[in-house]
Amino acid sequence: MLTFTIRRLFFAIPTLLFIALAIFLLLELAPGDPMANVPLTVPDEVKEQMRQALGLNEPAPVRFLLWIRQFFWVEPLNVFDHMFGTTFAEGELRIISWQNRAPVFIAIAERIPQTLWVVGTAYVVAILIAIPVGIYSAYKQYSIFDQAGTFVTMVGFSVPPFFSGVLVIVIFAVQLQWFPSIYDTRHAVTDWDSFVIQVRQMFLPVMVLALQITSQLSRFMRASMLDNLNQDYVRTARAKGLKETAVVLVHVLRNSMIPVVTVIALGIPAIFGGAIITEQVFKVNGIGQLLITAIQANDLPMVQTLTFIFAVLIVLFNLIADVLYGILDPRIRYD
Amino acid sequence: MTDARDPSTHSGNDTVVTAASASLAATEPVLLNTEARSQWWDVWDQFRSHKGALIGAGFFILIVALVVLGPYFWPLEATKTNIRSRNQGMSFTHPFGTDQLGRDIFARMIEGGRVSLAVGMAAMLLSLVLGTLIGVLAGYFKRLDGLLMRLTDLFLALPLLPLLLVMVLLFREPLTAVFGVEMGIFILIVSAIGITSWMQTARIVRGDVLALKEREFVLAARSIGTPPRRIITRHILPNVLSPIMVSATLGIATAIITESALSFLGLGFPPDFPTWGRLLNDGVPYLQQYPERVFWPGLAISLVVLSINYVGDGLRDALDPRIRGR
Repeated sequence: MLTFTIRRLFFAIPTLLFIALAIFLLLELAPGDPMANVPLTVPDEVKEQMRQALGLNEPAPVRFLLWIRQFFWVEPLNVFDHMFGTTFAEGELRIISWQNRAPVFIAIAERIPQTLWVVGTAYVVAILIAIPVGIYSAYKQYSIFDQAGTFVTMVGFSVPPFFSGVLVIVIFAVQLQWFPSIYDTRHAVTDWDSFVIQVRQMFLPVMVLALQITSQLSRFMRASMLDNLNQDYVRTARAKGLKETAVVLVHVLRNSMIPVVTVIALGIPAIFGGAIITEQVFKVNGIGQLLITAIQANDLPMVQTLTFIFAVLIVLFNLIADVLYGILDPRIRYD
Repeated sequence: MTDARDPSTHSGNDTVVTAASASLAATEPVLLNTEARSQWWDVWDQFRSHKGALIGAGFFILIVALVVLGPYFWPLEATKTNIRSRNQGMSFTHPFGTDQLGRDIFARMIEGGRVSLAVGMAAMLLSLVLGTLIGVLAGYFKRLDGLLMRLTDLFLALPLLPLLLVMVLLFREPLTAVFGVEMGIFILIVSAIGITSWMQTARIVRGDVLALKEREFVLAARSIGTPPRRIITRHILPNVLSPIMVSATLGIATAIITESALSFLGLGFPPDFPTWGRLLNDGVPYLQQYPERVFWPGLAISLVVLSINYVGDGLRDALDPRIRGR
């Protein structure tokens, strides 16, 4: 198992480099110019110096390597400095956003908590709902509960978040006025009352996201339970005289959870990646919204870095899911 | 409906038919009449027994007919503004009301549906062709397998929605310059969605081709010297048709949602060019006063995608010989 993990880790490096190259080359074609909003009164020599400072005159391969070095070496050093108060990264050029001329990672660090709170909560809520629903609808296959569950999951699949989001805003925020429609990110939780406000403003985005994630997970859980319910070991367990709850909730559930756990792991990058559309609908200023504004403002370093961070997370959690599968299911050991 | 699939009645019919044909022409082979029934009738019988799929298919055909034939029957134009009759509610002249410029929303919905469905189908076709090509090549030719599957893994690791947004942002200007605004954006969105959604099809097709390649009929074809190109078109492709059909239906659904999402984020079609996602986006600022403006396009997208998903579900059951005839 360890050799498999190490082999996969080594394979992840060329994958990541290739993805970085693809993103870099795609953005190479972009028409955006960071000097576009520099006033015309600035003399040409000064502009040339600014270009040099930004490293824009270097050929593309050099700039690619510089960016990779900044991403994997300078920025982690800065994090290290920030945590321990050292000055290793002093004098190194960080990845600078063209929008606000500040390091990209500072903006990202500001946005991450909002995304993690909203999308992470939705993910947890979805898992807590999806697993019992999946278990029960598989156990009572073709019952009314199962049929209704299938219908709801189909609807959850089909209704895009930009419609369900707007719909819940109309119903719960405009008509009933139970919840606010816009997420106020400056709201700080200090006591019980402000906590209640926080819960209320999180309710709608979490609901929309959770519906989507629940539909996928509960379908998966149901299919996995159905696969296991007909196995011989279930008959054996029943024949031994075990209680039905023990058979279903211990024997079957433990085996059915194996693929579901890996699917859950595969979905985690999406938490960090943010729900771009849902964040846009509820005006949550998380990572997804940062990406959208960066794209609209032609802020290439920001877009480049964010997209690459998403890719790193996807590769990382693919790896984790693979290793997890091997650990949980001894039949699928890779070595 | 279920008794059509019941094995006992089935075999009962067969014996009646064979007996009748045997008495008619005793010298003829017995299979005369039963042969007329191809496997597609079995597929249709199974599909028909899935109520959701049947309703979904009916609804989808209805919507397609409506958006294709609609402009010939509906007198109002989608882009004609009429300031004097703006922001109207539902009436006989304007069944869905009018928008802030007095344009008839029903006509805009028809026009938007045409674009959304056209994008969905074209993108699905592109991703299907790409996916099938890569899947068949990877499955059939061992030398290409490793390379193509690594490529597929790479594409699966890409963050797709951000990349789609970036692609639209970058190539919008050059393509509109070459093909004009509408055609340029259409080509851009269709190819962007197509290139980022072929991976699942490729994986499924590769798996099936790997299994098919070892079957006796392929071996027989190869032993009489059939070139690979012929084996693929004659023996392999018809046999991987069913997974391809299932991913085709699901592909339309995802393509429609993706196009609407792009339009919703303001990176799809230009504002005066209605698509369902664009109409929804246009309706959001008027959410408080006129919620129905968001409601109709959203409902159209959701219902079409829902019906396509049900059709895909029914097709998967109908095309699976293990389930069929049970």
